Amino acid sequence: MVDIAFQGSSAAEPITGSRARTLVKLRVTDNAFHHITRAAAIGVLVILGGVIFSLFTGAWPALQTFGLSFVTEQRWNPVTEKFGALAPIYGTIVTSFIAMLIAVPLGLLITLFLTELCPMWLRRPIGIAIELLAGIPSIIYGIWGLFVFAPFLQRTLQPALIDLFGPIPILSDLFAGPPYGIGILTAGLILAIMVLPFITSVSRDVFEAVPPVLKEAAYGLGCTTYEVVRHVVLPYTRVGVIGGVMLALGRALGETMAVTFVIGNAHRVSPSLLAPGTTISATIANEFTEAVGDLYTSSLIALGLILFVITFIVLAAARYMLLRIERRIG
Amino acid sequence: MAVMDLYARRRLRNRIVLFLSFGATGIGLGWLAIILGTLLFEGASGLSLKVFTETTPPPGADGGLLNPIVGSLIMTTLAVFIGTPVGILAGTYMAEYGRFSRITHVVRFINDILLSAPSIVVGLFIYEVMVAPMGHFSGLAGSVALAVLVIPVVVRTTEDMLALVPKELREAASALGMPLAYVIGKVSYRAARAGIITGVLLAIARISGETAPLLFTALNHQFFADFPYLNAPMASLPVVIFQFALSPYHEWQSLAWTGALIITMTVLALSIIARTLASSRKTS
Repeated sequence: MVDIAFQGSSAAEPITGSRARTLVKLRVTDNAFHHITRAAAIGVLVILGGVIFSLFTGAWPALQTFGLSFVTEQRWNPVTEKFGALAPIYGTIVTSFIAMLIAVPLGLLITLFLTELCPMWLRRPIGIAIELLAGIPSIIYGIWGLFVFAPFLQRTLQPALIDLFGPIPILSDLFAGPPYGIGILTAGLILAIMVLPFITSVSRDVFEAVPPVLKEAAYGLGCTTYEVVRHVVLPYTRVGVIGGVMLALGRALGETMAVTFVIGNAHRVSPSLLAPGTTISATIANEFTEAVGDLYTSSLIALGLILFVITFIVLAAARYMLLRIERRIG
Repeated sequence: MAVMDLYARRRLRNRIVLFLSFGATGIGLGWLAIILGTLLFEGASGLSLKVFTETTPPPGADGGLLNPIVGSLIMTTLAVFIGTPVGILAGTYMAEYGRFSRITHVVRFINDILLSAPSIVVGLFIYEVMVAPMGHFSGLAGSVALAVLVIPVVVRTTEDMLALVPKELREAASALGMPLAYVIGKVSYRAARAGIITGVLLAIARISGETAPLLFTALNHQFFADFPYLNAPMASLPVVIFQFALSPYHEWQSLAWTGALIITMTVLALSIIARTLASSRKTS
């Protein structure tokens, strides 16, 4: 287009040397900028490739030594160099499960409040306040959990749970042992608060994208607010809400510092939720700098690889679902 | 009669759910208030000039947080300088040159995953590619690890903000004979400036509280790192908080609370500024 513009004018006035040079310079700059930006975009892919490749090479010695038993073996013994990842994997999954069990209903109820009940002028401040929960660094949750929340649970909730479920056969195993304060349950509860904003903000976005005419039609039929949300809004936004939940799950699985403070760092699989345990990220954070011997380091990197693969799958599924709802809402 | 029963039951159920939703919002807001309140209560008592002028103390002695604060500032600044250009350029490609190309779709998908990927994995990655080959922990490795976290945030906001620039502006510039690179530099970037700055602020907010990627890249240092700073282990506020909070010494724990207060206030201030920047643009 540039050429045409200049050629048009060249009929009246021939292109001088300096103008031709300028044209060439412009074109070269444009090409260079195009290629630089593309290289940067590809750089994002290179980072991902680098992460996967470096984790894989780092984890290789451990994977080669232990094979599949790495994920089924519970023992984690740096002295005899026998490493099994069952306890951290179990801890990661259970803490994230507890977190989602609490955060999903809580997040959806807050979204219901923000989209249907809250007066307009209050929506923004409350929405921002809930999202600030996501802005607080995870180490703050950790220090708060260790010094404030865990002692509080030790005094109140945990003895109550032990008393309540003690006489019931199966549930008593879930809440067995002394109330330490720290442990799997505490980590799960803190994770629930941390991922709450992710669920709220995604489901708020998709709730607000529901065509008003659908809701108005339901209200016109005499539906209550709950029925409108349950039978109109939720079915319409289901994919998006699940996407938000998966996003939150991805966060919960990989969360490190907050969990490291309150999980107790015990390499064992205990049926009791009150017992100390460990997660993949907490194990790495606690032991990596102190790991002596190649096999120890390699086993910790193998843990990192497992964590990355799990979160990658969860987050990819989340993205896929959110893409689907974006396309539908447009 | 039965009809009335059904109606009453539906109304009751509605009331219960609405009540629960009030309660849930209360829990969410209450939790934020409790955390911030505890931080102020525990952290403000230790806040004094000494915190900003003295280095971290040995157990049982008095001291401040000067070296971790300086370390955090250095590493955050460096990470922003490394990460921001890459992020802005990649975002530019996705919004301007290759908006509909296949690379853009793939990069967007991967970038969104990197945005939420566990930061401790980034620490392991930088350990493998920088710390292990160099043979020692360093502030530089810490900065690079943080830069890896900056990039996805900046890519995402830059792309979003450039996509919001009306295409008529670009067309007008192109019609004057400007090559695309100049259209982007002189028109798109100017129109999206507030949004792009927002992205950088959000990225700074994100990394200033990050601990996990620094644990085994920059490690920690009791005093100022030896010269040259960047090639030696470097203290940072989050890592010092981690170490001090888990220690049995009272002075260390109270310094940890003070550090936690400083970080939280910084991060919240950054995200509120970023929000106001973003929203003032939307309404104008």
